[in-house]
Amino acid sequence: MIVAERKPFDEITGFIKECKRVLLVGCNECVTVCYAGGKKEVGILASALKMAFMKEGKQLEVKEVTLERQCDHEYLEEIRNIIAEYDAVISLACGVGVQFMAEKYFGTPVFPGVNTLFMGVTEERGVWTERCQGCGQCILGQTAGICPISRCAKRLLNGPCGGSTKGKCEIDKDLDCAWQLIIDRLKELGRLDDYDELIPIKDWSTERAGGPRKLVREDLQP
Amino acid sequence: MTTKTPSRLEKILAAGHLAVTSECGPPRGSNGDAITSKAEMIKDYVDAINVTDNQTSVTRLCSLAACIRLKLMGLEPILQMVTRDRNRIALQSDILGAASFDIHNILCLSGDHQQFGDSPQGQNVFDVDSMQLIQTVRYMRDEGKFLGGDDIDQPPEMFVGAAANPFADPFEIRVRRLAKKVAAGAEFIQTQCIYNLAKFEHWMKQARDQGLHEKVYILAGVTPFKSAGMAKYMKNRVPGMDVPDEVVQRMSDTPKEKQPEEGLSICVESIQRLKEVEGIRGFHIMAIEWEEKVPEIVERSGLYPRPKIQ
Repeated sequence: MIVAERKPFDEITGFIKECKRVLLVGCNECVTVCYAGGKKEVGILASALKMAFMKEGKQLEVKEVTLERQCDHEYLEEIRNIIAEYDAVISLACGVGVQFMAEKYFGTPVFPGVNTLFMGVTEERGVWTERCQGCGQCILGQTAGICPISRCAKRLLNGPCGGSTKGKCEIDKDLDCAWQLIIDRLKELGRLDDYDELIPIKDWSTERAGGPRKLVREDLQP
Repeated sequence: MTTKTPSRLEKILAAGHLAVTSECGPPRGSNGDAITSKAEMIKDYVDAINVTDNQTSVTRLCSLAACIRLKLMGLEPILQMVTRDRNRIALQSDILGAASFDIHNILCLSGDHQQFGDSPQGQNVFDVDSMQLIQTVRYMRDEGKFLGGDDIDQPPEMFVGAAANPFADPFEIRVRRLAKKVAAGAEFIQTQCIYNLAKFEHWMKQARDQGLHEKVYILAGVTPFKSAGMAKYMKNRVPGMDVPDEVVQRMSDTPKEKQPEEGLSICVESIQRLKEVEGIRGFHIMAIEWEEKVPEIVERSGLYPRPKIQ
């Protein structure tokens, strides 16, 4: 999933300090799972915003809506009839949802309510960690199912570096060394000889380096 | 062994001499004398001088410019190059720039993470890793081509080196990793500072068992302690460093004013012992901000005078 966390409250109030009516839109997907922008967080933020305005002697009307997704046209359309009534939208979706909202409702200010962090997993309750950077050419088949691009601080394709100590990364003693994990799992699988293969220089053109990416599936197009 | 480049370091190693290299860290400013004055102190006692590349991710005068200054003094620089700060365009470009000044040695490194330095909020590049940089230089030199496939007009003639840390984890792949660097094209190796001699000897034995000592020139890295405090710092704070308790104890048991002398003695004793290790082809003396002691270490270790090979 895409992992996000709520922005600092003061940053959000800063966006809307001139507003009287705000549409606060949550998303039922990833940000719900990581407790950053689902229905519950929409409710909490709405109350907090109203209280903050009241303290300053101002009135704020907040309409709470949580859409199934904010990265698809059909769900974003659900607010078309009401959006004109509001001075601004605060979207608690990831950066993808915020942008799609802004594209669709060109004349209404749309502000982000969360900071979008990474693609990751719920490692345990309240702990999320990164697993993928979307490089566009998955190498997990060569690295025992553990991604050195997202999990090695230097994204080394032929690690570990000299800073690997007792299984941990040189930048943080609580961070696993990805290459230690790879080697441990190769051993478990009886495939440590795979380690001896040099992974060649990577084509990064399918990653961010190649510019904004696009996928077209003609078989699915109308 | 035959030589493949005009590198004087390569000639010395091929002739069977124990080579001696040392390093100069460029200054945190634009004063070129800072590098030449360090080089003056050591130039008659070493065969080649590494110039570090923004080591520990602290911004400094660039390695290439400092190497050019050494070259203009008639010395033999080893250009250290990290992949942290440059993509493949910049790496290849700097290699050609160095070659245009007849800089014939390069040490290929990934580089410390930027978190350790003065720009923790900066981007890192890591377009290629250290092994892939070794491959890149060898490809440019041996095939005469850029990574993109185009021909290079006058390819660089570089003797290609890499670092090895026998003490990082996991230990079991440390020799496999050396083998990988050799397979990638490394021709000489400079090791991490050696304090745990027994562990290093074990690593060398494993390397010999695979015949790696006959495929690559291994230079043993040593760094003298200036003080007991430095020994403790290296033991506890520097990632991938193995300083045994008895070495720290020996420094701590020495009165403060005699600690520098004791640190030098430990260094010289290490070199003497390492000389006996089969497959060691030289020494890389990293006297961090203590370059003036390199001559003494070289002399006391019986490595002076240096061979005269042009």
